[in-house]
Amino acid sequence: MSNTLSKLEKRTAYTLVLPAVLLVFAIVLFPIFANVWISFKDIELKDIRIPEPRAKKIVKSISENQSELKIIYKLRNSSLIQKISNVQFQDKFPNNISPINLDPRCNFQSKKVICNFGNWEAKYRENFEITIKNNNGETIDKKAIKSQKPILSGKADNPLLSTNFTLENFKKVFYENNFIELLLTTFYFTFFGTVGAIIFGILAAQLVNQNIQGQTYMRGILLFPYVGPVVALAYTWTLLLDPNSGTLNALLVNFNIIEKPINLLGQKYITMSILGFEFKLRLALTTVIFFEIWRYFPLAFLFILARLQAIPQSLYEAADVDGASPIQKFIHITLPQITAIISILFMIRFIWNFNKFEDIFLLTGGASGTRTLPINVYQQGFAVSDIGMGSAVSIVIVMLLLTFMVIYFRLIGKRANEV
Amino acid sequence: MSTLQGLSFTNLNITPVFSICILLSLAFVLIGKKINHSIKIFSLSFLFSILYFYLNEASPYWYILGVFLITLFFTNKLKKYSTESLREDFISEKIIFDFITLFGIVFFAFVILFPFYIMLVTSFKTQIALLVNPLDFSLDFSKSLTELFKSYFVIFETYNFGRYILISSAVSVGTVIVTLLFAIPAAYAVARLNFFGKNFLSTSILIIYMFPAIVLVIPLYTVFSQLGLRNSIFGLLIVYTATTLPVAIYMLQGYFKSIPKEIEDAGIMDGQNWFGIILKIIIPLSLPAIASVALYVFMIAWNEFLFSLMFLDSPKSFTLSRAIQYLSGDAETPRQYLMAGSVIVTLPVLFIFVYFEKYLVSGLTSGSVKG
Repeated sequence: MSNTLSKLEKRTAYTLVLPAVLLVFAIVLFPIFANVWISFKDIELKDIRIPEPRAKKIVKSISENQSELKIIYKLRNSSLIQKISNVQFQDKFPNNISPINLDPRCNFQSKKVICNFGNWEAKYRENFEITIKNNNGETIDKKAIKSQKPILSGKADNPLLSTNFTLENFKKVFYENNFIELLLTTFYFTFFGTVGAIIFGILAAQLVNQNIQGQTYMRGILLFPYVGPVVALAYTWTLLLDPNSGTLNALLVNFNIIEKPINLLGQKYITMSILGFEFKLRLALTTVIFFEIWRYFPLAFLFILARLQAIPQSLYEAADVDGASPIQKFIHITLPQITAIISILFMIRFIWNFNKFEDIFLLTGGASGTRTLPINVYQQGFAVSDIGMGSAVSIVIVMLLLTFMVIYFRLIGKRANEV
Repeated sequence: MSTLQGLSFTNLNITPVFSICILLSLAFVLIGKKINHSIKIFSLSFLFSILYFYLNEASPYWYILGVFLITLFFTNKLKKYSTESLREDFISEKIIFDFITLFGIVFFAFVILFPFYIMLVTSFKTQIALLVNPLDFSLDFSKSLTELFKSYFVIFETYNFGRYILISSAVSVGTVIVTLLFAIPAAYAVARLNFFGKNFLSTSILIIYMFPAIVLVIPLYTVFSQLGLRNSIFGLLIVYTATTLPVAIYMLQGYFKSIPKEIEDAGIMDGQNWFGIILKIIIPLSLPAIASVALYVFMIAWNEFLFSLMFLDSPKSFTLSRAIQYLSGDAETPRQYLMAGSVIVTLPVLFIFVYFEKYLVSGLTSGSVKG
């Protein structure tokens, strides 16, 4: 009895889960594996269309005699690089109409013209003509002829499915692509974006947790950048930072902090001298990092605030009895209570920042030293239109991500045992 | 720099203002609890405003009103300070922290809201006004309404934004419906039923959520091109559903687990099958959670940019985000149009967020706070 019940339960569970699992598998997991396949192929954006035979039908009258018409089919191979083999052509005519002087490649039976065109090379074009006449001498309805579309079929290799593989893409990724700088930029962006977001998150959470009036409003307002659409926010920032008419530059100039406007998003380096040491700062990258922090510190803030509010008040009261100062309370009570959530946040944000594409793309488009790995996937795949290369970069990203996740689960697992 | 002289901060007398501040704070502490708190803060703020006005005669009246309100806000915070309280332990540290808190709140509120304000103000301006004075943050209400909302009229008439709003709404609402249809049964199974591979499934849900859209883009682009799903709203809907499903399942199963099992047992006794249980027991009991997932998915789909950038290249099927990006691609497009578009795409999301904040915040935190 219980056996059949558990069987039923299993079957129910699978029917409930299966649709979701299949969909996620098709759209999320399959592409990750497909990336591996594509990354070993020498394939470009223009190759991915499957070549197909096409025909455009034009109907012309040849003489005064309306019972005879000429039909021109403009035939072509849609692909510029691949051949189509075994092209079949078929067109249908109304009753009583038959072709005259039919091309030897074709034959006419039961109102249909069927042709066998054999192989079409890449860029193949031909104007194929059929003259038709009405057997009982009446006028042929041109529109009826025109509205009947010819059917073409042919076999072509899908370049995605062919089995010639190459290691070229990975060679290019590692040797020709300034890979080290790419990696450094990505890590610089990811690390400082993450740390900045968490620091600002802790600060904001501490502030909001001080029992101020309108705490919920403040919490809502602080989350605005996180929930707002990235397109709108990025363009607003571009406007704010604009060197010619941007508000920020105008303010800084007005306060005499800088002498002339700085192109914060378009300048790769800025030389600063602090205490007599001159060093170069990656300006555009730093600006993008600040945007990143601005947009994502709310998430850190929210989690840390939730944790802060869960700390039992009795701990602080006990500290008050012991005569602890506010700083001591923060270091010895608050900080240990939020380290767990901070380490989780660090890892989650690290992974998400590592994959960040939209923010950088919209602010700088990857120019002036802000090219990170995800931006490079887009540039290789769609700007240079080298799909194989783009996939290879994706594979590098996936590999690095898997490494992070293994580290993450190791650390979190250990922490779970400690607690 | 003559164009930047509209609002100059440099002629404010910072030092005298600062000394008045200190004097007033001292007076405040010395008066202590001798007078009623509200009378005290009102009179002191008033005094400060008058002195301030005396020092900066050039300032307009609304500016003085602002100064008065800010002083009121700050002095109100000083409530607990008096001569007695100054003898408490660590009082200097406490005072410093109080002020850091105050300034911090103002700082954060400013940093967050300023770009949004700029977005709004810019959308109501003209090209010339923008170039002449970037520091003019005011709105000119003396203009006629059609003049004020000109950018909005233009983007609706010339750039077809009505259509994009429709497409964006259709895609987002569609994504919500399809995601819930898939996620509710799956989440129920993960939360309640025993089956082989359950643990594997629930961990893989989280791992999949970590995987970025950017690594999916190239294969999906190629496959969708070959299937003719690019430039179609349907294709976008599939991708959005699949990418939001993991988080939807994760959030829902957490809530389903908290529903007492006895209620379901009662349903089983009544001879309900799983379909009946989900429809008649689980869904009515977890409406708040479902609502928060729905809103969350709606916001993700509405804000999504990467896939709409990759998959849509004909203006007939643009979503709002993609349309704004397309607008900005043309360097000639005046920026007030861009900002008007941004306001249109931002407003619904902020509205939903502010209105349903409680649901959304609990949804956002439900996962990680436990860990």
